[in-house]
Amino acid sequence: MKCVIQGGRVIDPASQLEADHAIYIADGKIVAITDTLDGFTADVTLDARGRIVCPGLVDLSARLREPGQEHTATIDSESRAASAGGITTLVVPPDTDPVIDTPAVVELIEDRAKKAGRVMVLTMGALTQQLDGELLAEMAALKQAGCVGVSNGLNAVKNTVVWRRALEYAATLDLTVFITAADGWLQRQGCIHEGTVSARLGLNGIPESAETIAVMRDLLLIEQTGVRAHFHNISSGRALSMIRDAQEKGLNITADVSAHHLHLCEHDLGNYDSFSHVMPPLRSIRDREQLQQGVRSGVIQAICSHHQPLDADAKLGPFAETQPGISGLETLLPLTLKLVEDDELDLRTALASLTCQPAAILGIEAGQLKVGATADICVIDTDAHYECQPNQFVSAGKNSPFAGWLFHYQPCYTLFQGKLVYQR
Amino acid sequence: MANNQLTEHGRLRHFLTIEGLKRPLLTEIMDRAEQFSGLGNRQVKKVPLLRGKTIINLFFENSTRTRSTFELAAKRLSADVMNFNISTSATAKGESLLDTLHNLEAMHTDMFVVRHNQSGAAEFIAQHVAPHVSVINAGDGCHAHPTQAMLDMFTIRRHKGQFADLRVAIVGDILHSRVARSQIQALATLGVGEIRVIGPQTLLPRDCQTMGVHVFHDLASGLEGVDVVIMLRLQLERMQGALLPSAREYYRCFGLTAEKLRHAKPDAIVMHPGPINRGVEIASAVADGPQSVILEQVTHGIAIRMAVMSMALGSQSDLQEAQS
Repeated sequence: MKCVIQGGRVIDPASQLEADHAIYIADGKIVAITDTLDGFTADVTLDARGRIVCPGLVDLSARLREPGQEHTATIDSESRAASAGGITTLVVPPDTDPVIDTPAVVELIEDRAKKAGRVMVLTMGALTQQLDGELLAEMAALKQAGCVGVSNGLNAVKNTVVWRRALEYAATLDLTVFITAADGWLQRQGCIHEGTVSARLGLNGIPESAETIAVMRDLLLIEQTGVRAHFHNISSGRALSMIRDAQEKGLNITADVSAHHLHLCEHDLGNYDSFSHVMPPLRSIRDREQLQQGVRSGVIQAICSHHQPLDADAKLGPFAETQPGISGLETLLPLTLKLVEDDELDLRTALASLTCQPAAILGIEAGQLKVGATADICVIDTDAHYECQPNQFVSAGKNSPFAGWLFHYQPCYTLFQGKLVYQR
Repeated sequence: MANNQLTEHGRLRHFLTIEGLKRPLLTEIMDRAEQFSGLGNRQVKKVPLLRGKTIINLFFENSTRTRSTFELAAKRLSADVMNFNISTSATAKGESLLDTLHNLEAMHTDMFVVRHNQSGAAEFIAQHVAPHVSVINAGDGCHAHPTQAMLDMFTIRRHKGQFADLRVAIVGDILHSRVARSQIQALATLGVGEIRVIGPQTLLPRDCQTMGVHVFHDLASGLEGVDVVIMLRLQLERMQGALLPSAREYYRCFGLTAEKLRHAKPDAIVMHPGPINRGVEIASAVADGPQSVILEQVTHGIAIRMAVMSMALGSQSDLQEAQS
């Protein structure tokens, strides 16, 4: 199929291209980025006048709930949601059921993603068997099966010896280790950030040190083992400054933040709003500002959805008994570009943190617009003016604290491998 | 924030927390309790204010004193009362909290009195009940116990007459105490001169100064010149979580003895929400001594709960009349 996207403002942070061009696509690849292309007859012409044409988004962490929790969401349902969010590549963390610690699970997920055919679903392999932090997973086999990295999901490895050996073994295989930094003992005591709000609401708090102690430990072991590492979902300003110092020292580390941590803080819990129950918890206003600064300065390279679709019952109950998580695929782009509206980020940095930078972390050819590249493209309506209504989400998970927020940016076309997979 | 417990006319619909309530409303609760306080001495200890109303005590956590006083208060208001027994409840069989609630609501309940071990549970229930149902928080997790706080305020007012010049100390496990949180909010709303909290750092919330209190780690200096000493119950399982080394050491540092009490003003009153641990947080000589008002607190609990129940169901009746 041949397709042309005409009249849009093409912005590709990877090549620093920003110009009004048409993009010509044939056989799933970009064949030209230019004003006109003689002899090209398109089967489909997409009108992008007044809109931004950018690479399809790359999301480093999105839980699709399959296998294991198909009653909550499926690869098919969440692939549709990803397309509606302008995402063309996403990474599934290993905490599925069964855990992604064998090639068979990798193949199962890839097969179902291919059948859905709307988004590139990549898998993150388990660092330890069953994510239990005791025995190393078969990382070489997982790498061979296609895993783009290894991780222990949200389960902290408490045993420092196992942790060190896992990092050493991953380094041997040249695998990037993706870390959600949390001291298991300090984190498990609470459900929200330890501070003024936890004191007022009488909820057990998770201190900032639950994150900083783990980051410091991990940085020391990363330095010692020489492994390439990525910190997922950083939530505190102090952890960020530790990562910045380590990057300046030359450590091979990167970091991401969730779009919701860039907008919300502990005070958004209001009167026990379970939709704001996330892990790591929403921290102070100052932390939120420092995270935004971290994206501006480049210490944080990627903004992610950290999508966790949940069924309605999971959020119905007293706050501490509800499950943490936000359905984030469809708010990733508008939340990130809201920071541009608010003058917290420039447009190119915002788009880079959603496209080429996460792709670079994964070491994959995605998140860029260039001749010969796979045509994964997002066309963004910059003047959409709509109210976020989670009950209208394509995702099976309607759990979002952003109901009623006004957004101005919205994907209007998503192309995956040259095929139009979403149109609004 | 907490105004979902008020009707659009500013009347009490639910009673979930002291936070967000204004001083005149707290004063009205105490004034109404004053009217009920003599009832217990009469031969017929009943008024017909809530005749025909159905109240369910929904206790998901053990309690004797609070449940009994709520039950007695409801009966003295002539309401029909049912105690929901958690040990044989459907929730224990796996039914969700919300399903349990809606089933009981379908029995045409007018009010739920809720105790739950999770902070925010009463708020959650209040958000999901039908418009004509009131919810009274009888203690949720570590969050709030507003009727306990009000009976404490009532007791203080009876002994001290006013709040403005008072210095009040709250001693013990502030971190896990719903009573302390509600007391601090009530004392602040009523304009108390100074609120102190006294305890080891392990039992104080981080940033608790933001609640408007002065923090002391030494009992003697914290009690210096105070008018009211409120002791909190120490849960003995706190020793398990490495919050304290032993009950013996806690008593040595924070147990209220006659000697320590001498640092307070000579006419200071000693309060405790009960049940007390003698020899852990308070010495028997003090608990039973002339400055103790602990048993009065229990008596006042009935009047305060009558006041709150009648106000909440009264405003609901007004609402229904206005709608009909």
